[in-house]
Amino acid sequence: MSQTAAKPRLTTSAMIASLAEAGQRTAPAPFGHALVKLAAERSDIVGLTADLAKYTDLHVFAQAHPDRFYQMGMAEQLLMSAAAGLAREGFLPFATTYAVFASRRAYDFICMAIAEENLPVKIVCGLPGLTTGYGPSHQATEDVAIFRGLPNMTIVDPCDAVDIAGAVPEIAAHPGPVYMRLLRGNVPMVLDEYDYSFKLGRAALLRDGADVLIVSSGFMTMRALDAAKALEADGIGAAVLHSPTIKPLDEAAILREAGRGGRLVVVAENHSVVGGLGEAVASLLMRHRVSPVFKQVGLPDAFLLAGALPTLHDRYGISTAAMTTSIKRWLGE
Amino acid sequence: MAEPALSNVGLAERAYRIRRNALRMGEVQGQGYVGQALGVADVLAVSYFHALNYRAEDPHWEGRDRFLLSIGHYAIALYAALIEAGILPEDELETYGSDGSRLPMSGMASYTPGMEITGGSLGQGLGIAVGMCLGLKRKRSDAFVYNLLSDGELNEGSTWEAAMSASHWKLDNLVALVDVNNQQADGASSGVLGFEPLAARWEAFGWQAWRVDGNDIAALTAAFDAARASTEPKPRVLICDTLMGRGVPFLETREKAHFIRVDADEWGIALDQLDAGRTA
Repeated sequence: MSQTAAKPRLTTSAMIASLAEAGQRTAPAPFGHALVKLAAERSDIVGLTADLAKYTDLHVFAQAHPDRFYQMGMAEQLLMSAAAGLAREGFLPFATTYAVFASRRAYDFICMAIAEENLPVKIVCGLPGLTTGYGPSHQATEDVAIFRGLPNMTIVDPCDAVDIAGAVPEIAAHPGPVYMRLLRGNVPMVLDEYDYSFKLGRAALLRDGADVLIVSSGFMTMRALDAAKALEADGIGAAVLHSPTIKPLDEAAILREAGRGGRLVVVAENHSVVGGLGEAVASLLMRHRVSPVFKQVGLPDAFLLAGALPTLHDRYGISTAAMTTSIKRWLGE
Repeated sequence: MAEPALSNVGLAERAYRIRRNALRMGEVQGQGYVGQALGVADVLAVSYFHALNYRAEDPHWEGRDRFLLSIGHYAIALYAALIEAGILPEDELETYGSDGSRLPMSGMASYTPGMEITGGSLGQGLGIAVGMCLGLKRKRSDAFVYNLLSDGELNEGSTWEAAMSASHWKLDNLVALVDVNNQQADGASSGVLGFEPLAARWEAFGWQAWRVDGNDIAALTAAFDAARASTEPKPRVLICDTLMGRGVPFLETREKAHFIRVDADEWGIALDQLDAGRTA
């Protein structure tokens, strides 16, 4: 046994980890509660999961509507094909699992049984990107890249509890399939401080600034807003364009903001730098001959380490501090 | 249970006409999965002219029994049956596999009236059937869902996920039809990945199973009736042993392959041999 004094210990963030900072306002299970609220109006909504109701907040729906909930067991291929079957019979299925299992294991079932037929199945997935310290088995760092290649698929990456609550009725109203990345448990609330509401397919300028434009999705928008405040203290003006719908992109909004000359453009995402929002924005700008200095804040093209989430976010450059440092460095180049 | 207007033609004659339609489509393209179509024609004849409720003029009629073809390469066989059932016009047969046709070589729902799902990526049909059966029960419909699978498709693990689920949910409105012709892409199915004892496997997964000669119309009719009439709260499976090329002697005896070779000058011979064996 070591005789040295106990060091503060950062534990591996498990499935139940919350992204909330100490003291931050949160809302519990925003997806589950939003779905229950919508299901009161829409009798066609059913919920299915592959043994992850508790970990995708679908248990809230299951408790409120036990007769509309289907526990499909740990069988993601079945989950997706059965959701397709229910959609064929006129129901509106919300199917939940982890992002890794939907994107990697069930892809062909989503492709052929759901997307090729343009069925209105809503695939809602926990642990997107780097939101667990369990290592590559649970870290869906390439889910957006995988689903971006799928015709008919709409991809949504909400920022916080407000965004999730707003997205649920919007994706339900969309006639085709949707893949939504989910934050679950006690989810931070940030966007209610802004003049903002979720609209499918629309990006929103949350704040303006003269020196740098940050285009972001998911919880990286929270980080972008915090980074913008830190940069402001140093006299740097940072705009934040939140783009929660990754496919189809709000091309007009992105071109308008990125086309305002003289600003560094940074895309920030909780995803691999390969195939996600960053490359989607980059190709959009090139197609339209908009050529700002362009940088990406995102996860490396690598299998990531296991460990404590704050440590990993710092290591891979997606913490607020790491992102702020990167932007200052890029502005100084 | 078939529509009264359809009932005055014998099932053997229906099967003959389905085979004939399939051969004519095969001749259009000079190829096609005619071995499978000839083998499964009796199963389709009993399905469409004895077991299924449907309205030929309204393929999406809500009260219909659903027939899911997960084995997309059997599309030629199902088109042949849909033509015979009056769901597809007979003259469309000449477009089989051509550009712009509603009859592509692999079955897809968005192309063809009466094609319920897009098959072809094997192992998806039974899972979709589970979802449809759950949906039909939600709607308090008494319609059945049939899913035609193949022995090769049983290689896919997702089929067994769906099999477990169907018995878990007591889907007594589900009838799986397994065409056992013991032939898949790389050879005999039993050699590629052994599947016996097949009835015992389905029963172990909680299904009620019947094993029948899939080219014996009387046996098929009895099995379909038993499956529909059963009051057991279980999904049902009919395991149908069939002969590739059935009805065309020179194809029945030709070296077996997943994709049976038929030379250009042989289509007429095939039709002649089929006609010679016509029993109606």
